Amino acid sequence: MMSWLASPRTGGFAALLAVIAALPLVLSNNYFYEVAILVGLNAIVCVGLNLLIGYAGQISLGHVGFFGLGAYGSAILSARYDWPPLAALAVATIAVALLAYVIGRPILRLRGHYLAMATLGVGVIVSIVAATEDRWTGGPDGMPVPPFKLFGGTLSGEGAWYCVVGFLLVVTVWLSLNLIESPTGRALRALSGSEVAAEVSGIDSARHKVLVFVISAVFASVAGSLFAHYSGFITPSKLTFLHSIELVTMVVFGGVASTYGAVVGAAVLTTLPQLLTVFKDYEMVALGAIMMGTMIFMPKGLVPSLQAWAGGSRVRKGIP
Amino acid sequence: MSAQLAQYLLSGVTIGAIYALVALGFSIIFNASHVINFAQGEFVMIGGMTTVSLTGTGLPVPAAMAAAVLVAALVGLALEKFAVEPARGAPVVTLIIITIGASILLRGLATLVWDKKLHTIAPFSGSTPIEIAGAALLPQSLWVLGVTLAIVLALSWFFGHTLLGKAMVATSNQRVAAQLVGINVRRVLLISFGLSGALGAVAGILITPITLTAWDVGIMLGLKGFAAAVLGGLGSGPGAVLGGLVLGIAETLSAGYLSSAYKDVIAFVLMLAVLFFKPTGILGSRAAERV
Repeated sequence: MMSWLASPRTGGFAALLAVIAALPLVLSNNYFYEVAILVGLNAIVCVGLNLLIGYAGQISLGHVGFFGLGAYGSAILSARYDWPPLAALAVATIAVALLAYVIGRPILRLRGHYLAMATLGVGVIVSIVAATEDRWTGGPDGMPVPPFKLFGGTLSGEGAWYCVVGFLLVVTVWLSLNLIESPTGRALRALSGSEVAAEVSGIDSARHKVLVFVISAVFASVAGSLFAHYSGFITPSKLTFLHSIELVTMVVFGGVASTYGAVVGAAVLTTLPQLLTVFKDYEMVALGAIMMGTMIFMPKGLVPSLQAWAGGSRVRKGIP
Repeated sequence: MSAQLAQYLLSGVTIGAIYALVALGFSIIFNASHVINFAQGEFVMIGGMTTVSLTGTGLPVPAAMAAAVLVAALVGLALEKFAVEPARGAPVVTLIIITIGASILLRGLATLVWDKKLHTIAPFSGSTPIEIAGAALLPQSLWVLGVTLAIVLALSWFFGHTLLGKAMVATSNQRVAAQLVGINVRRVLLISFGLSGALGAVAGILITPITLTAWDVGIMLGLKGFAAAVLGGLGSGPGAVLGGLVLGIAETLSAGYLSSAYKDVIAFVLMLAVLFFKPTGILGSRAAERV
């Protein structure tokens, strides 16, 4: 029984479902719902980013670029061309997947942190293009986005959005956990052990890394599309380098290579600035200090450290 | 050569020299540790802002500049000592995230210590332009080019002819071997952060009379200096200088002839192109390991 609860595939998953189901009981007004929805969207991005950082050992310093492409893709197709939002989302996602593939394929063949540089470049380019091409994007002022339509009905109201985002987060976590347990996940774990040994035993490391990179970009793009429809407005100020860094911080704070860590990291670091609006001036200092402190004193991140502390023996024996 | 083209080239070389100084800072730390120090841009900001605030207190300008370089070098040393050193042995990704955290922390501190306004200092030798081939050259540009040249020469002497410099080169080539012959690689790492801090501050002081300074100038200057370092070949000194100059000229030419709105994109497009077609950069010596 205990082992069933402790296994991430079942126990953690049950906890996540319970939290998502129980949260509406304490969300007493629309503002709380709004924060919860933002947490959910960030968590979706972070679960994908965690696959990349934790399992492929690569960082993306421009994940907000993929988020932004999804958001603007949905916004432009649905607002300027009257596409159904679901079709717009699908096309934007496919385009982002292709882009990630085109970037990842040559660059992930190289050992080292070239992906960090390339994604950084892509992120900055996306945000500058979004601010400049005002005929398409509305420029720095941004553009309105029509509401999301699903099965003939319009998705509106905080409660409905909460359900959709919560459902998607569950799906994302489920996909991520399955990927980690799949041959690809095992291959990636072998790579982080010893890349040379893994290659010798026949693992095509570049192919697996590219797959994970594409998946992480797709999660970000879907979250971006939904964010655009949910907030009804999108501006390039959402797409700064700092936001990409915030996403990386969420992942490393929650715990690298821990899917629930990514969710917890997104939840804590999305809620914290909302709670600390009084200390707005200190937001950057706090964010920087959290990043440095986590990496120096708790390099495994919050969730894995808590797990080690709570059920020491299990982790120490090395059974994940 | 048309006067317009000459003008673009002159401004391109000037800003390119600044990118080169920032890129050199990236390369020095990368060589010592394989860490990409994303706080490099903040050294530039600290150099400019410290000079502004010290001259504001009535300190003579040269003394304020020297103090600013010292402050940035100390921040670099502190960054290594209190953030990178404690995480010794951690994966490079961890160290990179630490430097990103440091850059945000420093930027946040700058808004608290100073403010969020734009600041400037007077050009070192007035602002009467000198005419060259029909183009106007600001005296400050000569300062930028002269000081950059002097620094590049001093660095090549340092790395080629001093014991410490040679120790740093040895560490970057083969860390374990360097340790075996008795080089204190931890001290090399510390010194490389201090040196990079000083270089960044010099760039920040030189450029302030031309482009102004503020708490957030480090973001773009840092990212572009990084692009310049990748362009020339991360870890290569001559590559950093060449990458900076190529980037500066490409930027002003494209702003002049193509679109000024996309001036800031050039750096990143060039960087992506280099990563796709020649990931070692123009002058990168070490072949990127193909997996």
